[in-house]
Amino acid sequence: MLDSKSLGTVKKSIPERRLFYKEYMGRSIVTICGLFMIALTVSIGAFLIYKGTGTFTRYGHSVFEFLFSAEWSPMDSGTQSGGGVGAAIYIFGSLLTCGIALAIAAPFSLAAAIFITEISPKLGARLIQPAVEIFVGIPSVVYGWVGLTVLVPFIRDTFHAPMGGYSVLAASIVLAVMIFPTITTVAADSIRCVPVMYREAAYGLGSTRWQTIYRVTIPAAAPGIITGIVLGLSRAFGEALAVAMVIGKTRAFPAGLLYPTNNLTAAIAADMGNSADGGEHNLALWSMALLLFLISMLFIMVIHMVSKKQEGVCE
Amino acid sequence: MKKILNLALATALVMALLAGCGSESATTPAASSAAGTSSSASTPTEQTSSVTGTVTASGSSALLPLAQAGADAFSKENPDCSVTVNGGGSGTGLKQVADGSVDIGNSDVFAEQKLDASVAAGLVDHQVCTITMAPIVNKDLGVTNLTKQQLIDIFTAKTTNWKDVGGPDLEILLVTRPTSSGTRALFKTWALDGAEEASNQSLETDDSGTLLQTVQQNKGAIGYVALSYLVNNSDVQSVSIDGVAPTLENTYNGTYLVWGFEHMYTKGEGSDAAQAFIKFMMSDDFAPSIEAMGYGASSKMSTQAVSTHNK
Repeated sequence: MLDSKSLGTVKKSIPERRLFYKEYMGRSIVTICGLFMIALTVSIGAFLIYKGTGTFTRYGHSVFEFLFSAEWSPMDSGTQSGGGVGAAIYIFGSLLTCGIALAIAAPFSLAAAIFITEISPKLGARLIQPAVEIFVGIPSVVYGWVGLTVLVPFIRDTFHAPMGGYSVLAASIVLAVMIFPTITTVAADSIRCVPVMYREAAYGLGSTRWQTIYRVTIPAAAPGIITGIVLGLSRAFGEALAVAMVIGKTRAFPAGLLYPTNNLTAAIAADMGNSADGGEHNLALWSMALLLFLISMLFIMVIHMVSKKQEGVCE
Repeated sequence: MKKILNLALATALVMALLAGCGSESATTPAASSAAGTSSSASTPTEQTSSVTGTVTASGSSALLPLAQAGADAFSKENPDCSVTVNGGGSGTGLKQVADGSVDIGNSDVFAEQKLDASVAAGLVDHQVCTITMAPIVNKDLGVTNLTKQQLIDIFTAKTTNWKDVGGPDLEILLVTRPTSSGTRALFKTWALDGAEEASNQSLETDDSGTLLQTVQQNKGAIGYVALSYLVNNSDVQSVSIDGVAPTLENTYNGTYLVWGFEHMYTKGEGSDAAQAFIKFMMSDDFAPSIEAMGYGASSKMSTQAVSTHNK
């Protein structure tokens, strides 16, 4: 039984309690989610290290062999061992395709970023940047499919590529198209963040618009631009599907741009389901996954180191 | 405030997604059992004879289309039983059935080839059907027959031009499957006499569909797929080996050797529902469906054909 007095106090305290409740509920949800993200990252890393080091600890291969040998013939039955686990072809394939993709995409992206921020900011903000951002969201299988049906036959017929058009060139172009929007968006945001007074000062000293752009704005935005490039590079490095569809997956070093080869992600994707769990082949694939993880960690660290240097008002 | 709202919405969305995934298998038997009880009111004997429960299977992508068709047909006959089939590859299927996460592990190869002997000993093999592999070339190439030696020379890259094996003057483009593929293992054993394919001079494709497309697009290409991919497909040309065409009849009578059993493994004898499903897959009623999809019915294999594969 409640008397009227206590009922009154309960009624009064409801808004306070709700506020209190909201305050702490919100805070705890956010905290739990934040901690969960950290736990997830750490556990994925730990799992990859556990699986990926099996090649070296359980099967006794050397890290040197894994990184620099091209002898890839791991055993795929039970716990038999004795095959080679040299992943040099895959590593080289990843580095080569990403390098060329970057060489193609970076100048284009930088030019596009300058255009939409400095040359034509209105059109850029309203039309071009949203259009470029839509590109970021296109699933990689779509890029791969277009590459397979348009680019590969084109390369075969135009350059008379020896292996049906499946080539380093095709993979690099597909990757370049994929990372172009990432680099452009990040670079454009970074250029926008350069304080207006920098530009005003440059104009005040008598610079032309172009002189302002390449002497003042771009150097000031350089850390952000590099961040964009590294982000693009890490996307290219981790891309499996689109590359796998056009690279040909031949287990050999490419004899040229028009020749097929293989890369880390495509090789993992091709064999992960069929290889025997815990076998030499399977663990060698895990080692390649670990290598990809370490490389992407490296990229993230580079981004953190570089982005600290950027001065400017916006984050 | 807005942030919290966004977060709550995002959480709700994730929860809804998770719930959606989980309930798919959970609600189906419930819904179908409700339908089952209404009909069983009039015929109470039916309920005791039909199979109940759930069966999960994963593994071989070569067997997946057939297992999927079998699951649909089986669920129609036994509405109280739901069968879920996933792909993932033979290695995945064998691993998952061995550790008990699925009821049935589908595999292109014997469990002993992928698992430790002690683990494989705990699994029971059901050879639900056979699968026949055929070399295929581009339709415009004009080659329809190769000797086994020619085939071996082509796939080991000793022969690199079609003119050496009676075709036009054209570079040979090898299109193969990954080393861990069951299809490749079968082809290597029975068509190439164990010779290793020249991986450094061939295009490797993850799945037979892509392989078909590559062969279709390149005049000089040669690859191999299961017959199930050639049903109703006239875009590529299958190649006879030593004059024997890759057909189901030739597989049954033991003249065409490039075939293997498709396995459904259970841990021990497996659950009642899993046993019933496998029995259904191997029944004479389902055999026509198996053949219509390009696989071979195990029951139709002649003793002569089976004896060629008993090493």
